[in-house]
Amino acid sequence: MSEADTIYKTDALIAEDIDAYLETHQHKSLLRFITCGSVDDGKSTLIGRLLYDSKMIFEDQLEALQADSKRVGTQGQEIDFALLVDGLAAEREQGITIDVAYRFFATEKRKFIVADCPGHEQYTRNMVTGASTADLAILLVDARKGIIVQTRRHAYLAHLIGVKNIVLAVNKMDLIDYDQARYDAICDDFRAFVREAGIAENFTCIPISGLAGDNITSRSANTPWYGGETLMEHLETVELNNTDDQSKAFRLPVQWVNRPNLDFRGFSGLISTGSVKPGDAIRVLPSGKTSTVTKIVTLEGELEEAVAGQSVTICFADEVDCSRGNVIATADNPPEVSDQFESTIVWMDDDPLHVGRSYWLKLGTQMVSATVQQPKYTVNVNTMEHLAAKTLELNAIGVVELATDKPIVFEPYTTSRALGGYILIDKITNRTVGAGMLHFSLRRAQNVHWQATDIGRDEHANLKNQKPRVLWFTGLSGSGKSTIANEVEKRLNLMNRHTFLLDGDNVRHGLNKDLGFTEADRIENIRRVGEVAKLMTDAGLIVLTAFISPFRAERDMVRAMMPEGEFVEIFVDTPLEVAEERDVKGLYKKARSGALKNFTGIDSPYEAPLNPEIRVNTVEMTAADAAEHIIRLLMPLK
Amino acid sequence: MTRTLTHLERLEAESIHIMREVVAESERPVMLYSVGKDSAVMLHLARKAFYPSPPPFPLLHVDTTWKFQDMYKLRDQMANESGMELLVYQNQEAMDRGINPFDHGPLHTDMWKTEGLKMALDHYGFDAAFGGARRDEEKSRAKERIFSFRTATHGWDPKNQRPELWNLYNARKTKGESIRIFPISNWTELDIWQYIHLNDIPIVPLYFSAKRPTYEYQGQLFMADDIDRLERVMGKRPEITERSIRFRTLGCFPLTGAVESDAKTLPEVIQEMLLTTTSERQGRVIDKDGGDASMEKKKQEGYF
Repeated sequence: MSEADTIYKTDALIAEDIDAYLETHQHKSLLRFITCGSVDDGKSTLIGRLLYDSKMIFEDQLEALQADSKRVGTQGQEIDFALLVDGLAAEREQGITIDVAYRFFATEKRKFIVADCPGHEQYTRNMVTGASTADLAILLVDARKGIIVQTRRHAYLAHLIGVKNIVLAVNKMDLIDYDQARYDAICDDFRAFVREAGIAENFTCIPISGLAGDNITSRSANTPWYGGETLMEHLETVELNNTDDQSKAFRLPVQWVNRPNLDFRGFSGLISTGSVKPGDAIRVLPSGKTSTVTKIVTLEGELEEAVAGQSVTICFADEVDCSRGNVIATADNPPEVSDQFESTIVWMDDDPLHVGRSYWLKLGTQMVSATVQQPKYTVNVNTMEHLAAKTLELNAIGVVELATDKPIVFEPYTTSRALGGYILIDKITNRTVGAGMLHFSLRRAQNVHWQATDIGRDEHANLKNQKPRVLWFTGLSGSGKSTIANEVEKRLNLMNRHTFLLDGDNVRHGLNKDLGFTEADRIENIRRVGEVAKLMTDAGLIVLTAFISPFRAERDMVRAMMPEGEFVEIFVDTPLEVAEERDVKGLYKKARSGALKNFTGIDSPYEAPLNPEIRVNTVEMTAADAAEHIIRLLMPLK
Repeated sequence: MTRTLTHLERLEAESIHIMREVVAESERPVMLYSVGKDSAVMLHLARKAFYPSPPPFPLLHVDTTWKFQDMYKLRDQMANESGMELLVYQNQEAMDRGINPFDHGPLHTDMWKTEGLKMALDHYGFDAAFGGARRDEEKSRAKERIFSFRTATHGWDPKNQRPELWNLYNARKTKGESIRIFPISNWTELDIWQYIHLNDIPIVPLYFSAKRPTYEYQGQLFMADDIDRLERVMGKRPEITERSIRFRTLGCFPLTGAVESDAKTLPEVIQEMLLTTTSERQGRVIDKDGGDASMEKKKQEGYF
């Protein structure tokens, strides 16, 4: 049937029997796919063509398009389909697509959502974003150019995100006179590449022309040697991810506890895999408590069964503790719980990964603190080579070890996108900085347990008749941190308080002598000092620390380790000129001459506290005055 | 046994998931309710998401005082039925200055809607607002995230959006920032109509054809919803003719063009929509001021 016939038939059905049309339309399934290609591969043209052929373009849009095509189009007097999909004004001026855009069209069998992903080098993150929800990826290749570096990168990324269906669309066949030999050679090239790289077992090759419409919705007379499906036939029949997900074990990450009154307690969430029925035995993770499902509640009445992909509310037979972040699973086959993982991370922020820094990690409905180790390696997405790396820069893909501050419920990403995929969020800027995929849990997490002791921090503190605290002095080198901390400790000592002063230079002679002054080492330095300070407060001491501690994130990390109110940030506020003028240790001079690298205030930043508990100004106050001021604000000490 | 979910089931599940995430992760959410068909679907989805609880947030109508009478009627009825608090906000300054669609052109939308919305959000201290915008409506909408962040002054920066992967939404914000959330981003106009049809969702009768008083203004057909007020503002009584008309989209009655139609039932409306050859927003005057990139510009200024 020709393309014109299909449209005519649909129109006729709509005109003659709208109820019949609606009946078929409401039973359509949904396929989400991405299109990837580099600049000029004809990606926007292909999408424009799909919209046009499925009648998703209205007359007024078409008029505007015709006018635009003549004015700024690249196709002379012909319609430039690309103009339909290049959205933002800035992009239109530059003639490029800079972000993921979503398009919609439908045929008689399916509805489609297309994520239009830009192809340039710097936008790996956009493709990963678009692919994360896709059932299928179309890789566009210019028939004149064949498989290029970008094609390999797109194939690798699609594989990485777990897109199971790959279509290699060999475009612009009209420009190589529909040459079969050339087409076959391109498909062979790609086959050799995926075999070598160990990716994408299954892919489908289709010769097309987005501009001329060959093999898009109807078999082209220009390619009589091609016996396979048209692009549209393939999109209409390929298997969907969520059908596959239903055959796996039941998992429901809890989003919200529904409690309108004392008689009803339901747990709401989107079923990520499997299915559930009343009477099913379930287990709540991480607690491991079990119960039975009594009912599945919806506004339209109770359900007999619910499957992966549905948002539901379920009730249990027993009063089991269950809240947001927990996962409800089938009782005899629950997911794992762990706090140490191997994972792949795609870095998405201009600010690179800070090894050892604490980020928010969101996985399903769980939100925890996580730190990332130095990457084992990064992957060159063009050559698939493994490279050594100290950190992850924007668009880098690396394999890392990752630790969370408490155990999380997870499954390997290859089993479940919902329980294996996560995002990392910067705690200060709140930006989404990375996306990750968990591979497996590292054994050591399972073998190290917390040993409970009978004498705890309260007993220690009571005996010493004081409230344990960390007095965290932060400020530039030469600001007077150690001097003031020393004065404060002397006064506390006279008041019969049990104290300990951890000094930056002194700690680096022992515990931290293996650390240098790179950003990663500075973060680790502060993390260790934080842990030591925490042990000392557990022992009941008032701990004074004097470290430059230039980064807000690390000071906040230590703050988060301590019980509320025990972390006292003291900002020794000395302007750089004053500290440099003092230059007690001669370090500023060395840094200025270039002999000392990564020196705070000179070639490494100092992030001043935003809301310190105490601020002392060493230009106006002597060290003794500052110490008195601090003691006054600390009272009472018990 | 597996079964393939329909596209409407998947869209519904996604929207409900989004709403629950927002309620779990924000402090003071609100649902912007414009009484149109998209709002009707959004409200229905909210009722499904939290049933048997009522949706745990109020409805906010940013009113321009120029909406159709039928819209005010349905608004009050739906708020009552859903058990949700209804907040109505009118920009006092626009009221005092007598801002209207005839004398003030684009300023009318700017003051009543754009400024009115910002003032309402600030007034009540909402940090998350649901809106019924869809990506298929307009080109710059196609690139908007589901969670769209606004600065303390309600600005939108299209180059600085957070990537949205899988169904993981980063709802963390710094003090003063707010989020606009579009739970029906991935629905098309046809999906909306079909869902209304399948679920018997009440909508404003103006979407269906009936004999109504109309007048022509600058080449477009409008409904004379309040003739006396029109006369006062226009300075003369427009010439009124009875016509069978309906609306494809609803806003302020002097700004919303009507179409001549005989579609009296939902299937007929859908039929007309499918066979029609012009896009939905053509009836709205608002997209045309400011030329090519007008919606993008309005959004950067804080329009929904």
